[in-house]
Amino acid sequence: MLKRLVRPISPSARREERIFYLFILPWLIGLVVFNAGPILGILGLSFTDWKISFEGLNFIGLDNYRSLFADDTFWTSVGNTMYITVGRVVLGTIFALFLAILLNQKVPGIPFFRAVYYLPSVTAGVAVALVWIWIFNPQVGILNHALRTIGIKGPTWIHSTVWVKPSLIIMSIFTVGPNMIILLAGLQGIPKELYEAAEIDGAGTWQKFTGVTLPMLSPVLFFVIIISVAASFQNFTEIRVMTQGGPGESSNVLVWYLWENAFVYFQMGVASAVAWIIFLLLMALTGLQFRLGRRWVFYEV
Amino acid sequence: MTVKPAPARKIKDDLPWYRSIKGRHALGVVLTFALLIPLGILFVVPFFVMLSTALKTKPQIFQFPPSLIPDPIVWQNFPDGWYGYGYIDFTTCTWNSVKITVNNIIGNLVSCTLAAYAFSRLKARGKNFFFGILLATMLLPNEAVLIPQYILFRILGWNDTHLPLMVPPWFGWPFFIFLLRQFFLTIPEELVDAAKIDGAGHARILLQVFIPLSKPALATLAIFAFVGNWNNFFGPLLYLRTPEIQTLPVCLVQYQGAYGNTDWNLMMAVATITVIPVLLIFIFGQRYFVEGIATSGVKR
Repeated sequence: MLKRLVRPISPSARREERIFYLFILPWLIGLVVFNAGPILGILGLSFTDWKISFEGLNFIGLDNYRSLFADDTFWTSVGNTMYITVGRVVLGTIFALFLAILLNQKVPGIPFFRAVYYLPSVTAGVAVALVWIWIFNPQVGILNHALRTIGIKGPTWIHSTVWVKPSLIIMSIFTVGPNMIILLAGLQGIPKELYEAAEIDGAGTWQKFTGVTLPMLSPVLFFVIIISVAASFQNFTEIRVMTQGGPGESSNVLVWYLWENAFVYFQMGVASAVAWIIFLLLMALTGLQFRLGRRWVFYEV
Repeated sequence: MTVKPAPARKIKDDLPWYRSIKGRHALGVVLTFALLIPLGILFVVPFFVMLSTALKTKPQIFQFPPSLIPDPIVWQNFPDGWYGYGYIDFTTCTWNSVKITVNNIIGNLVSCTLAAYAFSRLKARGKNFFFGILLATMLLPNEAVLIPQYILFRILGWNDTHLPLMVPPWFGWPFFIFLLRQFFLTIPEELVDAAKIDGAGHARILLQVFIPLSKPALATLAIFAFVGNWNNFFGPLLYLRTPEIQTLPVCLVQYQGAYGNTDWNLMMAVATITVIPVLLIFIFGQRYFVEGIATSGVKR
């Protein structure tokens, strides 16, 4: 009976199967030890009052989640995360697309410009975050200096509760390099015949863009948006180096909230609940995007 | 009798020059450069600010209005910043960063190449299932698994050593596996068949056919891994306590924490030094790099 259920398989196929599992073994171990195990472990811990040591660990049910939902700071951090994510993804994607179109023009020197535009993406890190503190300096920073020369009195940027989130979004615009390259590759994959056909039908530049470029590029745009949302959720370095969640709580994002709870207040149980909420929120957002994607993403048949 | 062909009608050339084909092309080129160049300058501004601050005197950095070009140029800021504060030893931090980064690049390349080959070329039951899991873990936020990983490493007694940073890369990285698999799929099946006829096993096919053909993708992976590990901040911040084992980003932040806003010129000098390796690797590898990213994610 069982024999009939298991598909007969030739010895060479069986050998190939063994090699398959041998080759993916390192990743598989990593998956269990560093990903699947932890994500389940943390689910369990989120139902406990665990501090930093395991002694006196109690099962407290949904209390961590309840107290989170009653905590204003938590909701502030959810709101800030959404604000920054929407800003980064919308502006970042538009800007990346704009740069990709620019780099897709047939003019000399494109590889040079491509490298220059990509550069800030590879150097993102503590060193560059420090530079941005200096750029955003209200008095001697270059940004406000530039604004002053055209007669605008700049805000106090990362020192302002209103402007700190826009500041972080502006900064992220400089790191759209990978998205730019992926979109550029997408643009180059659109068959020229489609544009020629559109021209014969009398389409202008804008009509070609909305009628050919955007639909043909939509699967790539979709991919870029999904990746950008995930990346935006994980943005920790800039917050830690530049704002520490402040001023006040105006740049307190979920990752920062998690970090403070876990490694400053040692509320590990609460932090575990936050980790799970981040995970679920990201999954929900991705799921939502796949649903919405059915309406606007165009796949060739 | 032959019919004389009518003289070709002269193409109307009363169009203004900017509507003619040539004119429109020229305008397009000019407009493109009018956008490319200012944007290029904009993207270099952060580096310029970093370097210019690094070369200024202390009074000059707080000068109002701010000057763009340092005068005088103080090269001495570089050694002063590097050796300036006894207890932050940048030479040791650099060595730690180099050690971890090199190990992690090799670990990632080995583990991800194996898995990518399996996912792109080998047939097995359960393959689609595991590939689905691979895609799902690409979206898993690092921070979500950080706390349990932290506990795990504490139980293993690895905290305050380099092991939590150096061991996981040997167990693959979903995004890299996916990227490399996409590239491997573009290698023609005929090459594999030919190698099989010659009696090559999978290990040899991988080593002698796939790896030599995948240099752009492997270079991309190596650069990604270099940048990611060199700039990694969360991991070292979490696991490392002892000053002697810190990596560069953490050392830089200690500098900031210790001296607030006072010695920005020295701090920027050190920051510049830490960015130079990334710049060099990127400039030399960017041709491969761009090609490698372009093949990822897009074709599915």
